[in-house]
Amino acid sequence: MSSTPQMPIPQEKEVTSTRMILTMAAIGLLAGFLIVFTYRTTLPIIEKNRQEYLERAIFEVLPDATTKKVFIVTPDGKLEPTTDIHTKAPKVYAGYNAEGKLVGIALEARGQGFQDVISLIYGYDPYKQAIIGMKVLESKETPGLGSKIETDPEFLANFKALDVTITPEGKIVHPIELVKKGKKTHDWQIEAITGATISSRAVTNILRKSTEKALPIILKNLEVLENSGTATSKTTG
Amino acid sequence: MDTKQTTSMDEFLKGLWKENPVFVQVLGMCPTLAVTNSVINSVVMGIATTFVLVMSNFFVSLFRKLIPKQVRIASYIMIIATFVTVAEYIIQAVSLEVHKSLGAFISLIVVNCIILGRAEAFASKNTIGKSVMDALGMGAGFTFALLSLGVVRELLGNGTFAGIPVFGKGFEPWTIMILPGGAFFVLGAWLLFFNYLKQRAEKKEKVLV
Amino acid sequence: MKRQKPRLLLTTSPFIKSREDTAFMMWQVNYALLPVVLASIYFFGISAILIMLVSIIGVVVPEWMYSKRKGTPVNTVRDGSALVTALLFALTLPPGIPLWMAFVGALVAVLLGKLIFGGLGYNPFNPALVGRAFLQAAFPVAMTTWSPYGNLSNFFEIRGANFAIPFLKAKVDAVTMATPLAQLKFDHQLTRLSDLLLGSTAGSLGETPAILILLAGVYLALRKVINWRIPVGIFLSVYLTALVLHWLHPERVPDPVFHLFAGGLMLGAVFMATDPVTSPITQRGVWIFSAGIGFLVVIIRVYGGLPEGVMYAILLMNALTPLINQVAQPPIYGMRRKEAREKKRNAS
Repeated sequence: MSSTPQMPIPQEKEVTSTRMILTMAAIGLLAGFLIVFTYRTTLPIIEKNRQEYLERAIFEVLPDATTKKVFIVTPDGKLEPTTDIHTKAPKVYAGYNAEGKLVGIALEARGQGFQDVISLIYGYDPYKQAIIGMKVLESKETPGLGSKIETDPEFLANFKALDVTITPEGKIVHPIELVKKGKKTHDWQIEAITGATISSRAVTNILRKSTEKALPIILKNLEVLENSGTATSKTTG
Repeated sequence: MDTKQTTSMDEFLKGLWKENPVFVQVLGMCPTLAVTNSVINSVVMGIATTFVLVMSNFFVSLFRKLIPKQVRIASYIMIIATFVTVAEYIIQAVSLEVHKSLGAFISLIVVNCIILGRAEAFASKNTIGKSVMDALGMGAGFTFALLSLGVVRELLGNGTFAGIPVFGKGFEPWTIMILPGGAFFVLGAWLLFFNYLKQRAEKKEKVLV
Repeated sequence: MKRQKPRLLLTTSPFIKSREDTAFMMWQVNYALLPVVLASIYFFGISAILIMLVSIIGVVVPEWMYSKRKGTPVNTVRDGSALVTALLFALTLPPGIPLWMAFVGALVAVLLGKLIFGGLGYNPFNPALVGRAFLQAAFPVAMTTWSPYGNLSNFFEIRGANFAIPFLKAKVDAVTMATPLAQLKFDHQLTRLSDLLLGSTAGSLGETPAILILLAGVYLALRKVINWRIPVGIFLSVYLTALVLHWLHPERVPDPVFHLFAGGLMLGAVFMATDPVTSPITQRGVWIFSAGIGFLVVIIRVYGGLPEGVMYAILLMNALTPLINQVAQPPIYGMRRKEAREKKRNAS
């Protein structure tokens, strides 16, 4: 009884594991090629889209600007011009008009909203000492309620001249605060959206924290920003 | 199994109506409920899913004799995942904003059971031509279903159709319609309507017989 | 399909019949609601009447058509349950709500809250609250705009935007007033207890006169129409939860008595949580049910984004009712508790 002839079970062809692995590997290889190909083709377009989206946002919050320059905040609190858009360091976008005069600075800020992180960009005018524009870049607030922070014209009007006067020591005289609709009496107050108090408060907090941190650095380095502008006769993106 | 010959046109039409993936098979509920809060989102989701369906059905059908039975599901998933990734890059390149509003749901096309279901139930047993027609039909049926939800939800929830105001400025939006809860209400109403149509058609058939 | 009356009735015991059928109970609830309805008419005048009329039409007409189509021997509108739903639904609405919204809500209440499950006795959730929850999610602003209360002198004054054109925004910039709970949450102001008791505060049509609702509850409990354990359990649970939270953060949570009389708690505890269809059947279950409602009400009021939480608390516990019914089974008669538990374990 040493060797009973192994009767093959009447079945489809016996599939060896080598063949299975080979098939999977082949499909994987093809898949890899396809993904890499698409990635390489679409990457420049996606990058361009991202840049344009950000640029449009910058010019929206700095209505008088026609060109921009990117600066990064160095660890010791200085501003340096940069061309590397992928840098992880906090960025500051300085906007200049056609004569090369500084008209404002756009800053990105983010913080916790009602459902997820809200990220926004706001324009700061160092001569008026005020925020002159705000645009939400990304948010997942409740559609129809919290999402009004992106679209509600009355809410957005709060950010056309929001006072953030700062003392030479770098303290904001009146921190930005949220008030109920129709109760705005001072320039540093934001009127909440009815029914979306939490999202309105989130925007307020993000702005207050960001201004407290960033504005002193900007004021200290204002000359660097002012002197970096170049006059352009033609608007360049 | 099927005694009568089916033409590829039949394969296309069955997905659109008789075997509609959402209203009849009740498959792919995750995107159906999650992304139908506007017409644009519904259309993009429908097209992206159709694209993945067609490509995966094509390749599954092409390789159907080469793929060993034991690893077929893994192979199908790999094929599907590839095209979902491709679709995601393409959408990003076409419009960043649409990509943002659909978010993670594009990647989640991978687990849409319509796609794996068609690969396993149809493409692995049929010719390439028929499989592609089947995918187109199912994709069109899926898009049609998403659109049915998207139109109602955007109209009531926002007063607009594809971003164009329909009711004028004074419209009071039904906020619930663009919230997840509204998706269940609208889907339920559509299912009720389609089942009613089906029952009526069956009754008529009986009378004729 | 009319059932014929048998000539000779052969049944097992019991033989004594009481009047306590569904219709009797439901009409009792309607009578008990009458003073609350009158009070809300006193406070909110013609607006209250209009909202109630629209709600009654929105609830009763679908119920009547459904009953007709289904061919029930007696039209189910006559048992009064539809009227209870309509009135309770109307009493949860703010006085200034556009009438078309009230109508939409009434339709949702009866269609999605009741008829879709097969009518009275099959609905898992309180229909009136389903209607209100829909409106709250659909029109959050209209549902939280409260007109000030009045008295008979401005009876004919239309509050808020009752006559907004269907599907359109309310254009009227009506005078508004915060409810006691909203005042507490957003302005940290406490309303006097006497105002809460007499109902001279802003709020929904029926959440104002706490004392009247309490009296109606006593009447219903005495008539054994409602299970007295439910409101009592809710009050106890609210009081204890609020007491603990008051002790934890005294600056944010006021005296527990405030929570008992503010908002819709009275109306919810007496008329809505006691709905025999959506509350547990065993006495032990009822205690769990009411404790859960009271706890959730206070938790939502204190920690939630909204000032009021009675509606969600009751709906949530409605959802748990089948589960409560299962875990709170009393032991079989004659069996000791331990044996019963063992038997149950063996069975499962």
